[in-house]
Amino acid sequence: MEDYELFDRNTRAFIYGTQQRAAQRMLDFDYLCRREEPSMAGFITPAGGGYYTLFWGTKEIRIPRYRTILEATQAHPEADVMVNFASERSCAETTMEALETDTIRTVVMIAEGVPQRDTRKIAAIAKKKNKWVIGPATVGGIKPGSFKIGNTAGTMDNISDTKLYRPGSVGFVSKSGGLSNEGYNIISRNADGVYEGYAVGGDVYPATTLVDHLLRYEKNPGIKMMVCLGELGGRDEYDVAEAVKSERLTKPLVMWVTGTCSKMLPKGVQFGHAGAKADSEADTADAKNMVLREAGVIVPTSFDDYGEKIKETYESLKTEGKIEAIEEPAPPHIPMDYRQALAEGLVRRPTNFISTICDERGDQHTYSGIPIDRVIEEGYGLGGVIGLLWFKKGLPKYARDFIELVLMITADHGPAVSGAHNTIVTARAGKGLIESIISGIVTIGPRFGGAVNGAAEHFSWGLENNLAPRDFMNAMKKKNVRIQGIGHRIHSVEFPDLRVDIMADFARKHFPTTPTLDYAMAVQAVTTMKKNTLILNVDGCIGVLCVDLLKNIGYEDKEIKEMIDMGFFNALFILGRTIGFMGHYFDQKRLKTGLYRHPWDDILYDVPDKPEEA
Amino acid sequence: MAEKGIREYDAKRMMAKALPEFSGGQFSYETEPVLVGPDTDMDNLVNEHPWLKTEGLVVKPDQLFGKRGKNNLLYVNKAWDEAKNWIRERMNKQVTIIQATGETTGILTHFLIEPFVPHEEEYYLAITTHRDKDTIHFSLKGGVDIEEVWDSVVTLDIPILSTIKDMDVEGFLPDELGEKKKKVGDFIRAMYNIVMDYHFTYLEFNPFTFVGNTVVPLDAVAKLDDYASFQCAERWGKIDFPSPFGLQKTKEEEYVAELDERTGASLKLTMLNPKGRVWNLVAGGGASVIFADTVADLGYAKELANYGEYSGNPSTELTYEYTKTVLNLMTKERDPEDRPKYLLIGGGIANFTDVAKTFTGIIQAIEEKSEQLKDANVKIYVRRGGPNYKEGLGLMREMGERLGLPVEVYGPETHMTKIVSMALKD
Repeated sequence: MEDYELFDRNTRAFIYGTQQRAAQRMLDFDYLCRREEPSMAGFITPAGGGYYTLFWGTKEIRIPRYRTILEATQAHPEADVMVNFASERSCAETTMEALETDTIRTVVMIAEGVPQRDTRKIAAIAKKKNKWVIGPATVGGIKPGSFKIGNTAGTMDNISDTKLYRPGSVGFVSKSGGLSNEGYNIISRNADGVYEGYAVGGDVYPATTLVDHLLRYEKNPGIKMMVCLGELGGRDEYDVAEAVKSERLTKPLVMWVTGTCSKMLPKGVQFGHAGAKADSEADTADAKNMVLREAGVIVPTSFDDYGEKIKETYESLKTEGKIEAIEEPAPPHIPMDYRQALAEGLVRRPTNFISTICDERGDQHTYSGIPIDRVIEEGYGLGGVIGLLWFKKGLPKYARDFIELVLMITADHGPAVSGAHNTIVTARAGKGLIESIISGIVTIGPRFGGAVNGAAEHFSWGLENNLAPRDFMNAMKKKNVRIQGIGHRIHSVEFPDLRVDIMADFARKHFPTTPTLDYAMAVQAVTTMKKNTLILNVDGCIGVLCVDLLKNIGYEDKEIKEMIDMGFFNALFILGRTIGFMGHYFDQKRLKTGLYRHPWDDILYDVPDKPEEA
Repeated sequence: MAEKGIREYDAKRMMAKALPEFSGGQFSYETEPVLVGPDTDMDNLVNEHPWLKTEGLVVKPDQLFGKRGKNNLLYVNKAWDEAKNWIRERMNKQVTIIQATGETTGILTHFLIEPFVPHEEEYYLAITTHRDKDTIHFSLKGGVDIEEVWDSVVTLDIPILSTIKDMDVEGFLPDELGEKKKKVGDFIRAMYNIVMDYHFTYLEFNPFTFVGNTVVPLDAVAKLDDYASFQCAERWGKIDFPSPFGLQKTKEEEYVAELDERTGASLKLTMLNPKGRVWNLVAGGGASVIFADTVADLGYAKELANYGEYSGNPSTELTYEYTKTVLNLMTKERDPEDRPKYLLIGGGIANFTDVAKTFTGIIQAIEEKSEQLKDANVKIYVRRGGPNYKEGLGLMREMGERLGLPVEVYGPETHMTKIVSMALKD
């Protein structure tokens, strides 16, 4: 490769960063140009290790990820380009490091916001080492048929439309990255296309300037004419005029400096780029365009006839026989990315997942359509959130309060119950939070806590079928099913469970109706005749009141049955009790309790001497 | 962005902090100045800065403009009560100042108060930054318009990869300094290192003087590289970058600036002529400049209503809000001669910005304002390329037909600014 070339068809590059989309655009470009090997040698990212998979045409290939620039260059001494996507905070440092390597010759600084002094040092060091730095604050550049930096030239459609897959005769350089696409477009429509094109970046002191690249183009016999787009601010355009005057640039150059409107704007208005600000007359676009015109550069009268000037220049070179017609290659087809095709409405496919309760894609997450800030501001509370996510309903206040009441009441019931016990034993075995509470939660079921669901099922069945309390009891007995939610170890009619009273009182006071509770109480009146501890217990009370709650907020019996079948009613118990399990876990960890071992004297060892004969 | 002017107060505040450290304790800066803003409680200031009561004071506006003496905005060697009244009389008042670059009218909002220091010598020092070097300018004839005595200025270039330690600072200073040469040299070395470390891009004292080993910069102008804020947050302390004097934002410009702050995308609006007939709604920083340029270059500068841009893939909602703001301004009144107005929805070929998505926001706003647009006789021209542009352009065409608005739509096959000449030559 000649010293005036930055890239060829074999150029290999690293991306500093994790920009897979940019890398894919580079690979698609390579493929479009029918390169033999992909240009991407690897990613460099401190999180490093492993691979990213990207497409090469329709095939997936692996691109390695390296932790350091050193590691990457050792693995790929043939790669001489680093496209640096590091943030403005670390872009200078990593660029400097890349310039220190023996193998990396060109670094592209993408970040906007690199301190000027850092860039100025980088520019001086690169020059000393005979290396090239493009940027900062740029999209990069492109060498049609050979290599493309990152996201340059936008979509594959645009690259195809502007024939960037094969070289033309025009060398292009602009300050603005955003306008470089337009530059390539104008050149492809008014001449035979781009040979090479770069955006040096909109900073006050880009590491390489317009003239640096134009001087390279001057030496390159493949480039027959040059097109340049400058802007107001700074003095770099004067270097171009100077180079033309001193005949260091002799190829036809069409150039326009943007920002002629600055004279109409209030003083001190800053355009989009850091460098685009006229502090003195010499910084203005008008002054620059005039000096360039005087130096012999082809300067249009406005951007509007920029394309025409390019066309005229190109046509006259063609007439002079300096440019030959290009044989048009047929570029291969690049499969469209699924996402792109979807955005354009070209494909569809059925989804595998569906969510009807929440959506996290927008600026704000929503619960059943309510943005989270409103959930907080409007005081939904935990009960309201459960309403949104479980019932998909905005619950009335009494319902929210009832749910919170249940959570408070069920939060814990001492260390001896099976779930808490398991949690404690697991915590003491040195396991973590998740394992410990899971071992507690798995005991919740028909015998522990699960009576909520059972009670809901039994009592609503009785009520639905209009069974008198005694008939209900008999029917259950006949089925050989114990009525769930009835009976307590200690509490009795004379010594009631306060928790049940609190819930029942709350419901009678605030629920519009409590038919299931009333029914359960009627059943209790009969069962306690038999034995005074056969009272409606906490689980039973929660179960029947949940049924009443659902009825009150408009659920049909059929829907309630479905929810019972899902185990919906145990959910409140699981949620509440998990608070207690976590408490027990933290308690054990704080106390630094050791491994639990059950004492022998608490186990009946009744093992026969030998096994039974089979 | 990048080089930004800062208040004289901030420059001096930083110097007071840095100078002892950077001169190894040789120099100090005794009295930190005081800044008075529109919300400052002046009666309380004396408690915080007792010297205000005891010293003679110098007061001047601190809003990024110079030539304050010539504009009668310098109040020298006064007592606190006089100074206080002088500020109160001027606070929030509009003034017109005359500088080398012309007249500027703006509102006074910030004043600097410093102790009055009797002195003899007045030196000039400026440190400027360039691509491959920094330059130190020094003159014995400070305190005047330096351009008038430019012959007396000596300069020293420090290449970007060198340090001031490598330089013969005393060698470049004028011999007339005599025995003070070493002291001035030490001061310059300290100041240069501050400039580097604090990422100043420009620093000028015209003039400064010494009282013993205390340095007194009587007048300071400074610019910082705000790109270095992530390195310098602690060194700079709390700092604001004021708008140039005279740039007062309109309500709509203020609103767009607020939208801009809310997002990673960019939304800008500068009103030029509310009665203008050509309105730009252009995507991209570079393209927006070119559209405004072309209107002016084709000879319709006086018809150019606004400069503005949206870029960086703004959300549909933000684009909608931005468009609505522009359309509100545009449809406020008909042209007095009943000529049509032109809305240029322009842009180059986007890299990332989803054209269909941003156009959806624009169309939403146009739909909402369609009656007003018809009343104001608005014609719409569209030119855009980039991701999903075909869909976006289709949406625009469809909108025109549906709302019965005159809309012409072009893609990358048409030269970017062609819609400007199409509209203007209409």
